[in-house]
Amino acid sequence: MSYHFEFNWLAQYYPEIVKGIGITLQLILIGAVLGIALGIACAWARALGPAWLKPIVATYVELIRNTPFLIQLFFIFFGLPSLGLQLGELQAANIAMVVNLGAYSCEIIRAGIQSTAKGQFEAGASLAMTPFETFRHVVLVPSLQRIWPALSSQVVIVMLGSSVVSQIAAEDLTFAANFIQSRTFRAFEAYMVSTAIYLILAILLRQALAVIGSFIFPRRAAR
Amino acid sequence: MTEFTLWDILRNLLLATRWTIVLSLVSFVGGGAVGLLLLFARISARKAVRVFARCYIELFQGTPLLMQLFIAFFGLGLFGIAVPAWLAAGVALILWAASFLAEIWRGCVEAIAKGQWEASASLGMGRLQQMRYVILPQAMRIAIPPTVGFSVQVIKGTALTSIIGFVELSKAGTVVTNATFQPFTVYGLVALIYFALCWPLSKSSQILERKLNVAHRNH
Repeated sequence: MSYHFEFNWLAQYYPEIVKGIGITLQLILIGAVLGIALGIACAWARALGPAWLKPIVATYVELIRNTPFLIQLFFIFFGLPSLGLQLGELQAANIAMVVNLGAYSCEIIRAGIQSTAKGQFEAGASLAMTPFETFRHVVLVPSLQRIWPALSSQVVIVMLGSSVVSQIAAEDLTFAANFIQSRTFRAFEAYMVSTAIYLILAILLRQALAVIGSFIFPRRAAR
Repeated sequence: MTEFTLWDILRNLLLATRWTIVLSLVSFVGGGAVGLLLLFARISARKAVRVFARCYIELFQGTPLLMQLFIAFFGLGLFGIAVPAWLAAGVALILWAASFLAEIWRGCVEAIAKGQWEASASLGMGRLQQMRYVILPQAMRIAIPPTVGFSVQVIKGTALTSIIGFVELSKAGTVVTNATFQPFTVYGLVALIYFALCWPLSKSSQILERKLNVAHRNH
């Protein structure tokens, strides 16, 4: 093999990479916060909501979980404008990630809610809490605490999956790698570098979520 | 200008679905074979082998599948091999699926009670014999639902191979969109075809899990 690796382009193109990292982080930040919020709402609807709402949420969850993220993204970015909903590439990417993580986190959070002992609901009711108050204070927080590790892995998976938003020209880290390889013809090096950055981001994100978890759920951390 | 009927669109998409199915099968079977080797490495008695398997799994689970596809596509070329898209797609998906299957199966092997290892060791079995006759037959039972569930991830993963130019369902969707200018219909149909492939698998995974749990309770 007579191939010479060359990384000189890094000096010239690192601003693109930094910008790409910024967009990737921004996407996952918005995606995670709104996606988990959507997931909580859907989990409530599926576990405790009114009967008419359950099949609707179930259909949403099953549709999203059984189709590729790439197609969801294309449908939102290319398909929705024909209904008159024109979206920028970053908006489309954000919406796709929220909708995607919403469905997955719904199932994870629902598992947590359904593993709550029945006595907890009764205890909340006996303290004259409304069903919503019981859900909010008694059921939800311990449920989230139980499923936090699973939820964290799902957030990392969605972050890694976000690499496909480069396909609708959202300028994330993968977009930067594509740009660099088209300019320098150093495809292998460009993708090696961006892959390594993704690996580091994944590890850091996992750590960050563990820290966030110990802040939100201090009781377990104290033990 | 040619008019496209709904049937024209659907027919072309269904023709491309063949390649999604073939690639999924190859990736799943190949991934299973490599994953089994990786599983043995992951629970090997030698530390160096265990560390290697852990790094492999961390690397493939911690980086985007799309990047792995790009590296397979552009990287294999460096060794003087002309890489068609289908080869890069197959190699990357097999290696990627292996890392997940190995980790799923490790969980199942570790769920087997320790006494089973000790009992088989006391019968003078070697490590391979223990795995072959005692551990794997039991682990396989619990492994079936999550393995079937992961096959859905493999099918969805094949959609990414369209980006390196392998013509399967997603790529066909893009091609047909470019010809018909009906992205809403086309991507809607593509999504429904994926759903038709994946949902039965997801459902059967859930049903199998429930059945196994019932079996567990009766023991």
